[in-house]
Amino acid sequence: MTQPVSPPRGSADKVPSVSQPSAWRGVFARADVRTLSLIGVLAVLILIGGITKPDEFLDTRNLQLVLTQASVIGVVTVGMTFVITSGGIDLSVGAIVALASVWATTVATQEYGFTGILFTAVLVGVGCGLVNGLLVAYGGMVPFIATLAMLASARGLALQITDGRTQIVTVPSVLDLGERDAYVLGVPPLVMVFAVVTIIGWLVLNRTTFGRRTVAVGGNAEAARLAGIDVRRQRLYLYLLSGLCCGIAAFLLIILSGSGQNTNGNLYELDAIAAAIIGGTLLSGGRGTITGSVLGVLIFTTITNIFALNNLQSDVQQIAKGAIIVAAVLVQRRTASTT
Amino acid sequence: MPQLPTRRGLLFGTAAVGAGALLAGCTSNDSGDDEPAANDQPAADDKPGKAVTIGFAGPQADHGWLNAINDNAKNRAKKYSDVTLEITEGSNDTAQQIGQIETLINKKVDVLVVLPADGKALTQVGLKAMRAGIPVVNLDRIFNTPQAYRCWIGGDNYGMGLNAGHYIGEKLKGKSNAKVIELAGLDNLELTKQRTQGFDDALKNYPNIRKVARQAAEFTVESGQAKMAQLLQAQSSFDALWNHDDDQGVGALRAIDQAGRDDFLMVGGAGALSAFQAIKQDNGVLKATVLYPPTMAASAIDLARALGQAKGVSGLAEFEIPASLTLYSAVVDKTNVDQYMSTGFK
Repeated sequence: MTQPVSPPRGSADKVPSVSQPSAWRGVFARADVRTLSLIGVLAVLILIGGITKPDEFLDTRNLQLVLTQASVIGVVTVGMTFVITSGGIDLSVGAIVALASVWATTVATQEYGFTGILFTAVLVGVGCGLVNGLLVAYGGMVPFIATLAMLASARGLALQITDGRTQIVTVPSVLDLGERDAYVLGVPPLVMVFAVVTIIGWLVLNRTTFGRRTVAVGGNAEAARLAGIDVRRQRLYLYLLSGLCCGIAAFLLIILSGSGQNTNGNLYELDAIAAAIIGGTLLSGGRGTITGSVLGVLIFTTITNIFALNNLQSDVQQIAKGAIIVAAVLVQRRTASTT
Repeated sequence: MPQLPTRRGLLFGTAAVGAGALLAGCTSNDSGDDEPAANDQPAADDKPGKAVTIGFAGPQADHGWLNAINDNAKNRAKKYSDVTLEITEGSNDTAQQIGQIETLINKKVDVLVVLPADGKALTQVGLKAMRAGIPVVNLDRIFNTPQAYRCWIGGDNYGMGLNAGHYIGEKLKGKSNAKVIELAGLDNLELTKQRTQGFDDALKNYPNIRKVARQAAEFTVESGQAKMAQLLQAQSSFDALWNHDDDQGVGALRAIDQAGRDDFLMVGGAGALSAFQAIKQDNGVLKATVLYPPTMAASAIDLARALGQAKGVSGLAEFEIPASLTLYSAVVDKTNVDQYMSTGFK
């Protein structure tokens, strides 16, 4: 799960070869085909939705709904993409969202208002990320284990804080952000946050030293170290980043659901990993794509939406979701190998 | 409720109305004017009697209702000076809960109250307790065989659906082509199927009503919000909504608010405080909720105490406490919400 001991098999893009323009072009070309195939899947889904439920599906409100529902898990997935790109994994994202949301809503009941809730949610997220990062980078723990431990303890702490109760938020300034009145030019604030996080994520991964280092650590940690990258510090920052995204997501979830509950963020880790993998991020590290991850999230949310509009039961939904994961990855492997 | 006595009735009312009132409301009959004919056996009342140690093993309280179960059991036991409650840490892990119950058996408690994480999986340890001479009060999730418990007390999931369906049916009477939708609970639980079955059976009495959509949520606020938002998008107009659970109802109401919809009536399930408050304020779509009262845990303590003291239930002609007690899924709406307010769980 961490870094491969032997150098990756003959793929130029996995080595931190910044000075090789031809290799980079290859990466872009491949990424384009991958992105196109994902857009194709999404287009097919939109077609299915449009044919089965034209009135309900092809409706502005539905577009707003799909994007809103993609926002929370979308923000988490952006953070997860960075971690997976570096060859790590963060199993604790759902639990961190839960802990951040209940902690922030506990603050809400003590009349700290908007800033208090936002600040607490982000702080708890970053705090959990810091612990994950320290354990993995400086404690030498396997990310799978370190974040699994965080999953267990954050969920436990969330349950302890709430006592199983649903903490209802009554702060108007927070709740109003989820209402239709708050939409700017038809765009819900949640979706704007999601868009901003996505754009920043894309820029950081593709256009900054931090991004290149992330790819390098995931491709070959030893080579990255020899190239002068502080691998441990890089890893610490990456888990911090994932925690930060979870904190933001928790705040979005509070706006969306108007409450904090210890069951929040249930199975987000699996959804985020699935979206990233479908998007084309390598689970073994060394390759990551924010565009792909976000498309992955949108594909999942659209599927759920189409199922609900057609009144399919949850058992059918789950089976189809599994089948689509397999299909998407198979299609990708084919398109990836032909280029 | 039969002639509720004044002072004591009020006293009880604050602790646990719902099912508790069935036992409590009748306690003062023993010295009353019209003696029950058959039963000369002393019935359980709140005067101190023989000391009873009750072992209580419940599941992990990760949901508002389950937390209320634990609170109800603890508070009810505190009320009796003759009752000692041995309570184990709640667990959703079958093996762990079996271990905890075995510990209680070894401690030789007088009576056991068990709300199993999984009724079927805990049947064996129920049998073990019964064989060791410890009567078991099986709370809510039922064991596989009646041999494993002396008395079962629990809610009526089918009845919830039935009563919700009848309430909606009466409200929509006279409206032709009425449409209802259902926001169900976790679909892999048996109780969800029972609630849906009851609802469907009730709707059969009203040929003018058609169920046009059903989606399952996961008993959480988050899932309630997400599924309800989809349902609202899918159904541009409908007349009534039945939501299986008040906790996920918090999310459902949020989605309804966000979509700006108020063209239908909503009936909830379980009996959360927030639902009661919304019904009382009567400024939203939520008009009623069908009970699945957590006060059953308080009643289970009452029954366990009666078992330990070898007494029957007052108000009934029987010498012994019944073998099973299914609670009534009362419909709480604006007219009677005040009566139930104190039982609402957070």
